[in-house]
Amino acid sequence: MFETSLTAADFLFLAKGAGMTIIVTAISVVIGTILGILFGVIRVQLGAILSAPLTFFLDIFRSVPLLIQLVLANAFLGMVLKLQLSGFFVACMVLSLYTSAYCAEIVRGGIDAVPATTRRAARSLGMTWVQDMRHIVMPLATRVALPSWIGLALGVMKDSALVYVVQVTELLKSTQILITRLQEPLFLLLICGAFYFIISFPLARFGGYLEKRWSND
Amino acid sequence: MFDYTFQWNQALARLPRMLDGAVVTLEVAVLSMLIGIVFAMILTLMRLSDSRPLKAIAATWIEIARNTPALLQIYMAHFGVASFGIHFSPFTSLLIGITFNNAGYLAENFRGALKAIPDTQARAGRSLGMSSLQSFRYIIVPQMLRISFLPMTNQMVWAVLMTSLGVTVGMNTDLYGVTQDLNALTFRTFELFAIAAVIFYIITKIITLGARLIASRLFRY
Amino acid sequence: MIEIQNVHKSFGQLEVLKGIDLTVSKGEVVTVIGGSGSGKSTLLTCINGLEPINSGKILVDGVEVHAKSTNVNALRQKIGIVFQQWNAFPHLTVIENVILAPRKVLGMGKAEAEAIAEKQLRHVGLGDKLTTYPSRLSGGQQQRMAIARALAMSPDYMLFDEVTSALDPQLVGEVLETLKMLAEEGMTMICVTHEMGFARDVSNRVAYFHKGIMAEIGAPAQLFGDPQHPETRSFLASVR
Repeated sequence: MFETSLTAADFLFLAKGAGMTIIVTAISVVIGTILGILFGVIRVQLGAILSAPLTFFLDIFRSVPLLIQLVLANAFLGMVLKLQLSGFFVACMVLSLYTSAYCAEIVRGGIDAVPATTRRAARSLGMTWVQDMRHIVMPLATRVALPSWIGLALGVMKDSALVYVVQVTELLKSTQILITRLQEPLFLLLICGAFYFIISFPLARFGGYLEKRWSND
Repeated sequence: MFDYTFQWNQALARLPRMLDGAVVTLEVAVLSMLIGIVFAMILTLMRLSDSRPLKAIAATWIEIARNTPALLQIYMAHFGVASFGIHFSPFTSLLIGITFNNAGYLAENFRGALKAIPDTQARAGRSLGMSSLQSFRYIIVPQMLRISFLPMTNQMVWAVLMTSLGVTVGMNTDLYGVTQDLNALTFRTFELFAIAAVIFYIITKIITLGARLIASRLFRY
Repeated sequence: MIEIQNVHKSFGQLEVLKGIDLTVSKGEVVTVIGGSGSGKSTLLTCINGLEPINSGKILVDGVEVHAKSTNVNALRQKIGIVFQQWNAFPHLTVIENVILAPRKVLGMGKAEAEAIAEKQLRHVGLGDKLTTYPSRLSGGQQQRMAIARALAMSPDYMLFDEVTSALDPQLVGEVLETLKMLAEEGMTMICVTHEMGFARDVSNRVAYFHKGIMAEIGAPAQLFGDPQHPETRSFLASVR
């Protein structure tokens, strides 16, 4: 009933694109989260005034289109610094910083959500700053932050569709290449969309579930 | 290694054209927001309705908007619908794509906001003789808009950033499109896109500050 | 006249009203007392049609509240109700709270609605709070505003559902004074309350509800002085 000229080889091509989407996302989310936690803690520790330069720097990643961030990084590293870097490297680098900017906000929000009285209680029991962070703040902050973090990770996966601009052939780019060749845009876009949806939807639901459960107690 | 000479003057000479592009970018963002809010309201009402098909349509829209890339949604509005013989201009495709996305996210925000308003508010309205639509319109919606004002501001920023995706469907009058065209002429990639980045940054700051101002005027309770 | 005829009402398996019969005439003040879960509050929300009933009939001025043909919105204009939780509209100032329904439901002009609202607000002692937002009012003031809001629709009947139960003790008095004033002006009222002093002083008749049944009804002197039903006796003993 439905005719398509999509061959097994084409399908494999799409699968490779999907693999690239997952790899780029995974690397960026891991590095971005580590940096984000670091930046977030620094911002809380230093206070608003001392951390203003960091805040400004991170804010740029949230106020400039990702497409431009990628183009700028590529141009700066390649044309200005004349570094021979792969598009894959540039993509992961930019996406990691992009992730860290949002993650720092989430971490800060999580830490701020821990009542000062709780922290004072911990310190009054003789806990060091590190112990307080490790045993009191982090477990409590994680509860607040985890649902948003899941949302962020999924957001990064969706935004990774833009790394085509630095010549990384991820899922959407692969789809587009096939569209040009096969002239079946609707069918191919549906396959591509289904892939994102199948990964994103259950995880988003899970995040929503956690948020609901944890906000109730 | 550091033999690159920045030529800012050459790029800055193009600033007027880029600012024209910024106006188009804002136009798309504002339109997509206004239409998006209307659709988000409709989606919210559909979700609240007792009709299963209406609920299902709303849920499908919202989940697709939130769980697939915005770029894919714009492709759908441009290349996807072409399969049905429908051909939109780049501007229209971009607008449809972003609006679809906005409506989905906003509807989800509205739902969260509705949960925060006690049922007794609508009940109080009904007990004064208002119809359910009246009590929704005059009692629930104003409170809902206040609660979702910050998420709405964020979505507006997103809408501005998303306009940059128009270039993928051939849009060349918005800020990103103009910058790309100028880049093809002059090859001052870094300088041109750096200026575009600054303009985008300023636009988003104006939106956040403006929103804060509006909020302080609007919500005095 | 409000006529309640053999009304049954269930929430799922739980039957909260098991055949209530009660007639309230114009100008009468009836208070309803009873333990929690006795169904007394449910009765009020049934009277103005906020809750459906399972069987029986409620007639307000001869109009059946739960009949399909009844315009319940129009009917509610006649019946004001004030709840335990005052439900101030937080996004509107005090006067805006009060003029909203007259304007949108009755289609009144702004000036006319404001004049009525101001009169009612002064009546309940909030004449100096017109442009204040509810968040700046005390619970008692918000509750009085809710009363003015209901009165602005010029209802023929007022239903009060434990309007002082959620208030701090020191604020109860001001709200009861307002109710007393309304009663003296001849408003037809049904008040569900825990305030026995109020029930005794203000009502024409007091009804005692027990487990979904109206166990006893009578003049305050009779019900408080010489309760007939054993449940009434033990209830009154427990609240004294």
